[in-house]
Amino acid sequence: MTDDEIRKIRKKNNVILGVILVAFVVLVFSITVAKMMGGATMEAYDHVRRPQLEEIK
Amino acid sequence: MTETTMKTTSDQTDFGNYVSLLKPRVMSLVVFTAAVGLVVAPGSMNLVLAFASVLFIALGAGASGSLNMWWDADIDRIMKRTQDRPVPSGKVSANNAMLVGLWMSVISIGMLGLASNWLAAALLAFTIFFYAVIYSMWLKRSTPQNIVIGGAAGAFPPMVGWVAASGSISIEAVGMFMLIFMWTPPHFWALALFMNEDYSKAGIPMLTVTHGKRSTRNHILIYTILLTPFSIGLAFTAIGGPIYFVLSVALSLMFLTGARKVFLRSEDGAIEDNYLEERKLFKLSLFYLFLLFAALLAEASLKSFDLNLMAWPQVF
Repeated sequence: MTDDEIRKIRKKNNVILGVILVAFVVLVFSITVAKMMGGATMEAYDHVRRPQLEEIK
Repeated sequence: MTETTMKTTSDQTDFGNYVSLLKPRVMSLVVFTAAVGLVVAPGSMNLVLAFASVLFIALGAGASGSLNMWWDADIDRIMKRTQDRPVPSGKVSANNAMLVGLWMSVISIGMLGLASNWLAAALLAFTIFFYAVIYSMWLKRSTPQNIVIGGAAGAFPPMVGWVAASGSISIEAVGMFMLIFMWTPPHFWALALFMNEDYSKAGIPMLTVTHGKRSTRNHILIYTILLTPFSIGLAFTAIGGPIYFVLSVALSLMFLTGARKVFLRSEDGAIEDNYLEERKLFKLSLFYLFLLFAALLAEASLKSFDLNLMAWPQVF
């Protein structure tokens, strides 16, 4: 395999990988939007008011 | 770039070889059965999440394919059918195949969990483990029942799709699992009958190698008979209906007739026409599974338009 051929293959592989990575980012973003619109909980379990942690006036 | 760096990477491979590591043809079947499992499941799913779920189930299947190619490179090199795979042909190193398999497993399981639910992700993880470890590393080389038990790996995708959409396992999901599970042995044994030389050279204890072709022919008929009630029985669950019923009866009769022909043949007769009936049965088995799942899809579409027969009996 000549250097030129290697470069060509490598460039093609990089472009494909780049496209896949961008597609993955778009997919993760879409999943996030879909989950939020579906009403997924955005808070962890402890996101409730805990009076015992509040200062007594 | 210096000349030395170019030389050290002269094994630069085409991206397509990494794609073939994932066994695209197996993946297409997984995409189809998983998508059907997801669509026929009760409840509705966001389209993006449904698409992502099927994609990651398919990637999980690809990951197990890659792990299988890494582990089986030594026997793939011997068998004519698998000689051109990326690892035995030297296009991808065994180590890279393993890394691709492991990373893709992690990504597909994690992403399926995030896109759908963690029960589906756990099932996918088990499927990959089952195919790569239980089947490839253990059963394949140790018992002639390898594909009977290993068939479970191929039977999981519709169940994973179902769980991704509904969040739980139910009788219909088990029904789809059993359909593929029972279908796998006659499908692969038909293939083994005309690919026997390959398996025997590679030292894989396929039924044709350990018990001979006569016994394999008997087994094909028995397993096809055992498959039939599972195939037709699915018509009487919540996902079945008249279309599926008619098709399952017709296809079962065709499959049984084909299996009977293969059963009645002598080895001499098979050699004479180069395993024509066995090849036909193998092809038929592919259509059989494809059409039955397509029928399930048709039933689901009819139901979504409220075009179902109210009087259709639901036994299971």
